[in-house]
Amino acid sequence: MIARVIVTPKPVVNDPQGITVRQGLAALGFAEVSDVRVGKYIEVNLDVATEREARERVEKMCKQLLANHVIEDYRFDLEPNGKGR
Amino acid sequence: MKFGVVVFPGTWSDRDCGWVVDQVLGAELTYLWHKEADLKGVDCVIVPGGFSYGDHLRTGAIARFAPVMEKVGEFADRGGLVWGICNGFQVLCEAGLLPGALLRNSSLEFRCEWTNLVVERTDLPFTNACDDGDILRIPISHGEGSYFADPATLSRLEQQGQVVFRYADEEGRVRPNANPNGSLHNIAGIVNSRGNVLGMMPHPERCSEAELGGTDGLKLFRSVMHAAEKVLTA
Repeated sequence: MIARVIVTPKPVVNDPQGITVRQGLAALGFAEVSDVRVGKYIEVNLDVATEREARERVEKMCKQLLANHVIEDYRFDLEPNGKGR
Repeated sequence: MKFGVVVFPGTWSDRDCGWVVDQVLGAELTYLWHKEADLKGVDCVIVPGGFSYGDHLRTGAIARFAPVMEKVGEFADRGGLVWGICNGFQVLCEAGLLPGALLRNSSLEFRCEWTNLVVERTDLPFTNACDDGDILRIPISHGEGSYFADPATLSRLEQQGQVVFRYADEEGRVRPNANPNGSLHNIAGIVNSRGNVLGMMPHPERCSEAELGGTDGLKLFRSVMHAAEKVLTA
Protein backbone atom coordinates (compact mmCIF):
# COMPACT_ATOMS: atom_id res chain seq x y z
CA MET A 1 0.00 0.00 0.00
CA ILE A 2 0.99 3.58 -0.39
CA ALA A 3 -0.20 6.15 2.15
CA ARG A 4 -0.43 9.77 1.03
CA VAL A 5 -0.25 11.79 4.25
CA ILE A 6 -1.09 15.48 4.40
CA VAL A 7 0.00 17.46 7.46
CA THR A 8 -1.36 20.99 7.95
CA PRO A 9 -0.94 23.64 10.64
CA LYS A 10 -3.94 23.69 12.99
CA PRO A 11 -6.40 26.51 12.31
CA VAL A 12 -5.42 28.24 15.59
CA VAL A 13 -1.74 28.21 14.62
CA ASN A 14 -0.36 31.29 12.90
CA ASP A 15 1.01 30.25 9.49
CA PRO A 16 3.36 32.97 8.21
CA GLN A 17 4.22 30.89 5.14
CA GLY A 18 0.55 30.73 4.19
CA ILE A 19 0.14 34.48 4.72
CA THR A 20 3.18 35.21 2.56
CA VAL A 21 1.94 32.95 -0.25
CA ARG A 22 -1.49 34.58 -0.07
CA GLN A 23 0.10 38.03 -0.39
CA GLY A 24 2.14 36.76 -3.35
CA LEU A 25 -0.99 35.46 -5.08
CA ALA A 26 -2.76 38.77 -4.42
CA ALA A 27 0.19 40.61 -5.98
CA LEU A 28 -0.18 38.40 -9.07
CA GLY A 29 -3.82 39.40 -9.38
CA PHE A 30 -5.52 36.40 -7.77
CA ALA A 31 -7.88 38.63 -5.84
CA GLU A 32 -10.29 35.76 -5.12
CA VAL A 33 -7.84 34.04 -2.74
CA SER A 34 -9.07 34.54 0.82
CA ASP A 35 -6.71 32.20 2.72
CA VAL A 36 -3.69 29.94 2.14
CA ARG A 37 -2.28 27.34 4.51
CA VAL A 38 1.06 25.68 3.80
CA GLY A 39 1.56 22.12 5.04
CA LYS A 40 3.51 18.98 4.17
CA TYR A 41 2.89 16.02 1.89
CA ILE A 42 4.44 12.68 2.86
CA GLU A 43 4.31 9.41 0.88
CA VAL A 44 4.79 6.22 2.87
CA ASN A 45 5.12 2.82 1.17
CA LEU A 46 4.12 -0.08 3.40
CA ASP A 47 4.25 -3.85 3.01
CA VAL A 48 1.07 -4.95 4.77
CA ALA A 49 -1.62 -7.56 4.08
CA THR A 50 -4.77 -5.46 4.35
CA GLU A 51 -5.97 -1.89 4.04
CA ARG A 52 -7.21 -2.05 7.61
CA GLU A 53 -3.75 -2.93 8.86
CA ALA A 54 -2.27 -0.12 6.76
CA ARG A 55 -4.75 2.35 8.25
CA GLU A 56 -3.91 1.34 11.83
CA ARG A 57 -0.15 1.53 11.20
CA VAL A 58 -0.27 4.91 9.43
CA GLU A 59 -2.45 6.32 12.23
CA LYS A 60 0.27 5.32 14.69
CA MET A 61 2.99 6.82 12.49
CA CYS A 62 1.12 10.11 12.30
CA LYS A 63 0.57 10.24 16.05
CA GLN A 64 4.12 9.27 17.00
CA LEU A 65 6.18 11.12 14.42
CA LEU A 66 4.70 12.45 11.19
CA ALA A 67 2.59 15.16 12.85
CA ASN A 68 2.98 17.13 16.08
CA HIS A 69 -0.48 17.16 17.66
CA VAL A 70 0.23 20.48 19.41
CA ILE A 71 0.47 22.42 16.15
CA GLU A 72 -0.60 20.13 13.29
CA ASP A 73 -3.53 18.14 11.92
CA TYR A 74 -3.12 15.18 9.58
CA ARG A 75 -5.16 13.14 7.13
CA PHE A 76 -4.26 10.41 4.67
CA ASP A 77 -5.46 8.28 1.78
CA LEU A 78 -4.42 4.72 0.98
CA GLU A 79 -3.87 3.25 -2.44
CA PRO A 80 -2.46 -0.10 -3.64
CA ASN A 81 1.11 0.39 -4.83
CA GLY A 82 1.17 -2.67 -7.09
CA LYS A 83 3.59 -4.42 -4.76
CA GLY A 84 0.97 -5.50 -2.24
CA ARG A 85 1.03 -8.87 -0.60
CA MET B 1 29.46 19.43 39.86
CA LYS B 2 29.35 17.70 36.50
CA PHE B 3 27.60 18.95 33.37
CA GLY B 4 26.73 16.65 30.48
CA VAL B 5 26.33 18.19 27.03
CA VAL B 6 24.26 16.10 24.59
CA VAL B 7 25.62 15.77 21.05
CA PHE B 8 23.38 14.73 18.15
CA PRO B 9 24.50 14.66 14.53
CA GLY B 10 23.99 18.29 13.50
CA THR B 11 24.36 19.83 16.97
CA TRP B 12 26.47 22.96 16.70
CA SER B 13 26.56 24.62 20.13
CA ASP B 14 27.93 21.66 22.06
CA ARG B 15 31.53 22.94 22.08
CA ASP B 16 30.41 26.47 23.01
CA CYS B 17 28.49 25.09 26.00
CA GLY B 18 31.41 22.81 26.84
CA TRP B 19 33.84 25.73 26.72
CA VAL B 20 31.79 27.75 29.20
CA VAL B 21 31.38 24.79 31.57
CA ASP B 22 35.00 23.70 31.40
CA GLN B 23 37.03 26.87 30.76
CA VAL B 24 34.92 29.70 32.19
CA LEU B 25 32.96 28.06 34.99
CA GLY B 26 35.63 25.50 35.88
CA ALA B 27 33.10 22.70 36.34
CA GLU B 28 33.46 19.09 35.26
CA LEU B 29 32.34 18.38 31.70
CA THR B 30 31.40 15.33 29.70
CA TYR B 31 29.80 15.01 26.28
CA LEU B 32 26.85 12.65 25.89
CA TRP B 33 26.77 11.07 22.42
CA HIS B 34 23.23 10.53 21.12
CA LYS B 35 23.73 6.77 20.68
CA GLU B 36 24.85 6.23 24.26
CA ALA B 37 22.10 5.45 26.73
CA ASP B 38 24.28 6.57 29.64
CA LEU B 39 24.32 9.94 31.39
CA LYS B 40 27.68 9.20 33.10
CA GLY B 41 26.56 10.46 36.50
CA VAL B 42 26.05 14.11 35.52
CA ASP B 43 24.23 16.63 37.73
CA CYS B 44 22.85 18.69 34.85
CA VAL B 45 22.13 17.74 31.23
CA ILE B 46 22.43 20.49 28.61
CA VAL B 47 20.62 19.83 25.32
CA PRO B 48 22.38 22.42 23.15
CA GLY B 49 21.53 24.29 19.98
CA GLY B 50 22.02 23.32 16.37
CA PHE B 51 20.16 21.31 13.78
CA SER B 52 19.87 17.83 15.24
CA TYR B 53 19.38 15.26 12.47
CA GLY B 54 19.17 18.18 10.02
CA ASP B 55 15.91 19.26 11.68
CA HIS B 56 14.22 17.02 9.12
CA LEU B 57 10.42 16.76 9.30
CA ARG B 58 10.26 19.22 12.25
CA THR B 59 12.85 20.74 14.56
CA GLY B 60 13.73 18.22 17.25
CA ALA B 61 11.34 15.58 15.88
CA ILE B 62 13.94 12.89 15.22
CA ALA B 63 16.28 13.74 18.10
CA ARG B 64 13.68 12.85 20.67
CA PHE B 65 13.97 9.16 19.68
CA ALA B 66 17.74 9.02 20.25
CA PRO B 67 18.83 6.49 22.92
CA VAL B 68 20.27 9.29 25.06
CA MET B 69 16.88 11.05 25.21
CA GLU B 70 15.21 8.10 26.92
CA LYS B 71 17.75 8.48 29.73
CA VAL B 72 17.29 12.26 29.77
CA GLY B 73 13.55 11.70 30.25
CA GLU B 74 14.13 9.31 33.15
CA PHE B 75 16.65 11.74 34.66
CA ALA B 76 14.10 14.57 34.46
CA ASP B 77 11.46 12.33 36.05
CA ARG B 78 13.82 11.80 38.99
CA GLY B 79 14.17 15.58 39.39
CA GLY B 80 17.49 15.93 37.52
CA LEU B 81 18.30 19.29 35.96
CA VAL B 82 17.71 19.41 32.21
CA TRP B 83 18.47 22.58 30.27
CA GLY B 84 17.46 22.90 26.63
CA ILE B 85 18.89 25.79 24.63
CA CYS B 86 17.54 26.73 21.17
CA ASN B 87 17.32 23.41 19.29
CA GLY B 88 17.48 21.77 22.73
CA PHE B 89 14.28 23.61 23.70
CA GLN B 90 12.65 22.34 20.50
CA VAL B 91 13.79 18.78 21.31
CA LEU B 92 12.41 18.98 24.88
CA CYS B 93 9.02 20.14 23.53
CA GLU B 94 8.93 17.32 20.98
CA ALA B 95 9.87 14.86 23.73
CA GLY B 96 6.97 16.08 25.86
CA LEU B 97 9.28 17.22 28.68
CA LEU B 98 7.99 20.77 28.15
CA PRO B 99 4.57 21.88 26.86
CA GLY B 100 4.00 23.66 23.55
CA ALA B 101 6.00 23.85 20.34
CA LEU B 102 8.31 26.20 18.45
CA LEU B 103 7.04 27.44 15.10
CA ARG B 104 8.68 29.21 12.18
CA ASN B 105 9.49 32.83 13.08
CA SER B 106 6.60 35.09 12.14
CA SER B 107 8.98 37.13 9.93
CA LEU B 108 9.99 33.89 8.12
CA GLU B 109 13.56 35.12 8.63
CA PHE B 110 16.39 33.43 10.48
CA ARG B 111 17.13 35.89 13.30
CA CYS B 112 20.64 36.22 14.72
CA GLU B 113 20.71 39.23 17.04
CA TRP B 114 20.95 40.42 20.65
CA THR B 115 17.76 40.34 22.73
CA ASN B 116 16.84 41.65 26.16
CA LEU B 117 15.16 39.18 28.48
CA VAL B 118 13.24 39.97 31.64
CA VAL B 119 13.73 37.28 34.25
CA GLU B 120 10.43 36.40 35.91
CA ARG B 121 11.67 33.62 38.19
CA THR B 122 14.81 33.89 40.31
CA ASP B 123 14.02 30.96 42.60
CA LEU B 124 14.94 28.29 40.05
CA PRO B 125 18.13 26.20 39.88
CA PHE B 126 18.76 27.92 36.54
CA THR B 127 18.25 31.53 37.66
CA ASN B 128 19.16 31.76 41.37
CA ALA B 129 22.14 34.05 40.61
CA CYS B 130 19.79 36.58 38.97
CA ASP B 131 18.10 39.40 40.85
CA ASP B 132 14.38 40.14 40.65
CA GLY B 133 13.69 42.32 37.65
CA ASP B 134 17.02 41.51 36.01
CA ILE B 135 17.23 42.23 32.30
CA LEU B 136 19.65 39.85 30.62
CA ARG B 137 21.23 40.67 27.27
CA ILE B 138 21.51 37.34 25.46
CA PRO B 139 21.61 36.66 21.69
CA ILE B 140 19.23 34.50 19.70
CA SER B 141 20.06 32.56 16.56
CA HIS B 142 17.12 30.68 15.11
CA GLY B 143 14.59 30.38 12.32
CA GLU B 144 11.99 28.50 14.34
CA GLY B 145 11.63 30.05 17.77
CA SER B 146 8.07 31.29 17.82
CA TYR B 147 6.64 29.77 20.99
CA PHE B 148 3.14 28.35 20.67
CA ALA B 149 0.84 26.59 23.12
CA ASP B 150 -2.92 26.14 23.03
CA PRO B 151 -4.88 28.72 25.09
CA ALA B 152 -5.48 26.37 28.05
CA THR B 153 -1.80 25.42 28.27
CA LEU B 154 -0.72 29.03 27.89
CA SER B 155 -2.96 30.23 30.70
CA ARG B 156 -1.74 27.38 32.93
CA LEU B 157 1.88 28.39 32.24
CA GLU B 158 1.08 31.98 33.17
CA GLN B 159 -0.90 31.10 36.30
CA GLN B 160 1.77 28.74 37.60
CA GLY B 161 4.59 31.16 36.86
CA GLN B 162 6.30 28.85 34.40
CA VAL B 163 7.36 31.64 32.06
CA VAL B 164 10.98 32.30 33.03
CA PHE B 165 12.19 34.69 30.30
CA ARG B 166 10.29 37.17 28.14
CA TYR B 167 11.60 39.27 25.25
CA ALA B 168 11.60 42.92 26.29
CA ASP B 169 13.07 46.28 25.34
CA GLU B 170 16.16 47.72 27.02
CA GLU B 171 14.09 49.02 29.94
CA GLY B 172 12.54 45.61 30.47
CA ARG B 173 9.16 46.49 29.02
CA VAL B 174 7.49 43.54 27.34
CA ARG B 175 6.46 45.10 24.04
CA PRO B 176 5.39 43.61 20.68
CA ASN B 177 8.28 45.35 18.91
CA ALA B 178 10.75 43.61 21.26
CA ASN B 179 9.44 40.22 20.14
CA PRO B 180 11.89 38.87 17.53
CA ASN B 181 9.96 35.82 16.38
CA GLY B 182 6.24 36.11 17.11
CA SER B 183 6.28 34.04 20.31
CA LEU B 184 2.99 34.13 22.20
CA HIS B 185 3.21 36.48 25.22
CA ASN B 186 6.83 37.29 24.19
CA ILE B 187 7.88 33.97 25.70
CA ALA B 188 11.61 33.25 25.37
CA GLY B 189 11.92 30.49 27.97
CA ILE B 190 9.73 28.26 30.14
CA VAL B 191 10.19 25.74 32.91
CA ASN B 192 8.19 22.61 33.71
CA SER B 193 5.84 22.68 36.70
CA ARG B 194 8.39 20.89 38.90
CA GLY B 195 11.04 23.49 38.08
CA ASN B 196 13.82 21.14 36.95
CA VAL B 197 13.47 21.30 33.14
CA LEU B 198 14.18 24.63 31.44
CA GLY B 199 13.84 25.44 27.75
CA MET B 200 14.97 28.73 26.21
CA MET B 201 15.60 29.96 22.67
CA PRO B 202 18.39 32.52 23.45
CA HIS B 203 22.00 31.32 23.74
CA PRO B 204 23.59 32.04 27.17
CA GLU B 205 26.72 30.11 26.14
CA ARG B 206 27.42 32.78 23.53
CA CYS B 207 27.63 35.60 26.06
CA SER B 208 29.54 34.22 29.00
CA GLU B 209 32.83 36.06 28.42
CA ALA B 210 33.48 39.78 28.00
CA GLU B 211 35.38 39.06 24.76
CA LEU B 212 32.10 37.92 23.23
CA GLY B 213 30.28 41.16 24.03
CA GLY B 214 28.59 40.25 27.28
CA THR B 215 28.62 37.98 30.32
CA ASP B 216 24.93 37.78 31.24
CA GLY B 217 24.75 34.17 30.07
CA LEU B 218 27.26 33.17 32.73
CA LYS B 219 24.70 34.06 35.42
CA LEU B 220 22.63 31.06 34.34
CA PHE B 221 25.59 28.67 34.34
CA ARG B 222 26.62 29.98 37.77
CA SER B 223 23.06 29.46 39.01
CA VAL B 224 23.09 25.80 37.98
CA MET B 225 26.48 25.27 39.60
CA HIS B 226 25.30 26.92 42.78
CA ALA B 227 22.10 24.84 42.86
CA ALA B 228 23.93 21.57 42.23
CA GLU B 229 26.53 22.28 44.90
CA LYS B 230 23.81 23.04 47.40
CA VAL B 231 22.27 19.65 46.67
CA LEU B 232 25.66 17.89 46.81
CA THR B 233 26.57 19.38 50.17
CA ALA B 234 23.09 18.97 51.67
